[in-house]
Amino acid sequence: MSEPQSFIRKCVFSLDHKVIGIQYIVTGFVMAIVGGLLSLLIRLQLGWPTTLWPILETLMPNAYQSGVMSPEFYLAAVTMHGTIMAFFFVSYVLVSGFGNYLVPLQVGAKDMAFPLLNMLSYWIGLLSAIVMILAFFVEGGAAAAGWTAYPPLSAIATAVPGSGLGQTVWLLSMALFIVSFTMTGMNVVATVFSMRAKGMSMMRMPLTVWSYFISAVMGLLAFPPLTAAAIMLLFDRHGGTAFFLPAGLSVGGQLIDVGGGSPLLWQHLFWFLGHPEVYVLILPALGITFDILPAFTRKPIFGYRISVWSLIIAGFLGLIVWGHHMFVSGMSPFTGEYFSLATLLITIPMAIVGVCMLGSLWGAQLKMATPGLFILGLISLFGTGGFGGLFLGNATADIQLHDTYFVVGHFHLMIGGVTVFGLFAAVYFWFPKMFGRMMNEPLGRVHFWASTIGYYLVFLTQHFVGLRGAPRRYYSFASYEYLEGIATSNMFISTVAFILGAAQLLFLFNFAWSAFKGKRAEANPWRATTLEWTVPSPPPHGNFAEEPVVHRWPYEYSPDGADEDFAGQEVDGSTVPVTA
Amino acid sequence: MANDKSSPRVEGILVAILFIAIGVGYAIYGARSWFPELASRHGSGIDAMITFVLVATGLMFLIGHLVFGWLIWRAAARDRVTSRLAEPRAERRISITVGIVIALAAEGGVIAIGLPVFGEYYGDIPLDAVDIEVTGQQFAWNNHYPGADGVRGRTDVALITPTNPVGLDNNDPASADDIVAVNQLTVPVDRPVKITLRALDVIHSFYLPHHRVKQDAVPGMSIPVWFIPTREGRFEIPCAELCGLGHYRMKGFLNVVSQAEYEAWLDEQAGS
Repeated sequence: MSEPQSFIRKCVFSLDHKVIGIQYIVTGFVMAIVGGLLSLLIRLQLGWPTTLWPILETLMPNAYQSGVMSPEFYLAAVTMHGTIMAFFFVSYVLVSGFGNYLVPLQVGAKDMAFPLLNMLSYWIGLLSAIVMILAFFVEGGAAAAGWTAYPPLSAIATAVPGSGLGQTVWLLSMALFIVSFTMTGMNVVATVFSMRAKGMSMMRMPLTVWSYFISAVMGLLAFPPLTAAAIMLLFDRHGGTAFFLPAGLSVGGQLIDVGGGSPLLWQHLFWFLGHPEVYVLILPALGITFDILPAFTRKPIFGYRISVWSLIIAGFLGLIVWGHHMFVSGMSPFTGEYFSLATLLITIPMAIVGVCMLGSLWGAQLKMATPGLFILGLISLFGTGGFGGLFLGNATADIQLHDTYFVVGHFHLMIGGVTVFGLFAAVYFWFPKMFGRMMNEPLGRVHFWASTIGYYLVFLTQHFVGLRGAPRRYYSFASYEYLEGIATSNMFISTVAFILGAAQLLFLFNFAWSAFKGKRAEANPWRATTLEWTVPSPPPHGNFAEEPVVHRWPYEYSPDGADEDFAGQEVDGSTVPVTA
Repeated sequence: MANDKSSPRVEGILVAILFIAIGVGYAIYGARSWFPELASRHGSGIDAMITFVLVATGLMFLIGHLVFGWLIWRAAARDRVTSRLAEPRAERRISITVGIVIALAAEGGVIAIGLPVFGEYYGDIPLDAVDIEVTGQQFAWNNHYPGADGVRGRTDVALITPTNPVGLDNNDPASADDIVAVNQLTVPVDRPVKITLRALDVIHSFYLPHHRVKQDAVPGMSIPVWFIPTREGRFEIPCAELCGLGHYRMKGFLNVVSQAEYEAWLDEQAGS
């Protein structure tokens, strides 16, 4: 592979998986700023529902007429915050971004299996992100039917202002997103199957690679149905079909003259993607945990094989439990009970993964650094969030808890917490590899403390608001007597949310500043074992000067006979005995 | 990693304290009664289910964070690794133990405590239940009683007007004694109430927080749900599925009254 020389081929339309990975990561963080600001506007409304905001009126006259957020904008903010954070932030940074960057390096390949497809994936992904943002500027505003876009609300333009052009744009963007994501998934699967270095057997792959592999397989199986569903919904909206619209609808006094479809069909198709999406996002965070943690505990992880199988089983079960989002949808209660039992089965492999993480601390020698701290935070959030799943996967308990703030708190700890902590840890850990410079440690520590405390105070507190019966997606709770008690909680949550948001500015500053001014990094600053640490930081085009040969598993920390307290995967058995 | 020996220790202890404090703090905060005051019969079963999971996960949360904090505390104090590899047998034994414990807490709970309540809630509805059809629309609950003949008149969306919110067909003899009440759902105490849920425009969700009832109202479907109110009073009915701009103010009232008051109310409605 010859290295391209022009700036355009090197940094813009690049075929190099590392450049594409970084492009995804930067795009994801830009989207996170948009999604994060939306969440703060939501919290402003919920925390201080009666306060006037003349400044916001000046900035956004349509959304804040006479200083008050409009319900239209509230629903658009809720919808777009969810969509952007799940699909355009976490998916892009953690899955497409780090997946692209890490998989070829960790299996010892020069690049992804299909570099051109990879580049195409990013540019379609970027297009999809731009299209999603454009939704704010069309007539009627952005989509407002929730990130789940349940029809008929999302199908009929008069049902809610966002169901005008905004919803069409949303659907187009989602279809593009899935196209882009599927391309990355194919690349990961092909790369893992066919491009592993000599000696890199499947059972010597780092768990990071395993988790990206399982996540990619799940994405390939689960995501395309939503493309079909999005196209069907577009036809319902603009082509006069009625896949999701039953007969006898009347919206705002206007009869809708179609019929024969089912709103539940959309829910099945949506959650057939939507639930596996959670695993697509969270499995890489768990895999990354197993690779970052031992660099800071200086000992092999506990239960490598058991963790591999647990992740595979959790991934498989993740594909067949989508109905637990639909217990009270009108679905048959017999089906509901199946989905409940299957969902709760997932707690078994997931609990085993959690215990393997705890076991990895047994007898360890803990080194303090920001990536390791975020991994500790992740383990805690994974436990807490996982326990919340025991309530919601339980069809009986879910009758009361469905669509309350308990759900909001739960998924923010899991796909909004575990994944984001994983992604932060990954940035702090691999930043030196990507940019050849270290991130600032004191800023990282502040970021860790504020984020951990902030996440718990915001999202675990929301669970208890949910136990009181507060429904989600409410613009205001003021008219409900039984919810009088939550006003104080909401103000508290909003206050902490702003502190949490401010802490993320530290991170963004640290990222941007360190990329240019950070301390120079060595090739292997964390003294870690996987293959990417054997090449210079940043790695050259083509990654490895000569094809690496792998002699051992990736967790050879504190082995006997080594000069140092680790042996990389490339170290042969003649000097340090091979564990696995 | 060029830290001296003492500072990582102090930091490790602080981090350990952080996680222990999270575990202890939220275990204390959570250990109280959170639910809206119970007002239905089957609701006690749902409360028992949630309480079981709360106690089980609360204990695991607390113990887990204590162990986690302790592991961090110890690990930060070491200057060398003391236990490198676990025996594969130990790994398997610990994993299987954890699997069994969590399976009992999760699957055991849902089967032993949850399933009987679930079966009752979704099971056969008593034939003597008070029978009301509730149609959700943006942004109101239209409650349609069959009246003295026990049969609801025919309805048609084409007949809907502001004064005829369910589109009742007045040519149908069964319509004559029907009662339609918007946002006011009056039912007698201690008798089964059967609600047949429909939706006119988009999906709504009929939520009775005090009665532990939640069921989506889906256009094109008629979904029955039933419960026995055990307390007289006026209860709020929020909508629990995003249904448009007025979702947050789509509020109805459930008026639970004595049998005598209920009959008087029916008579009054029939007369008007």
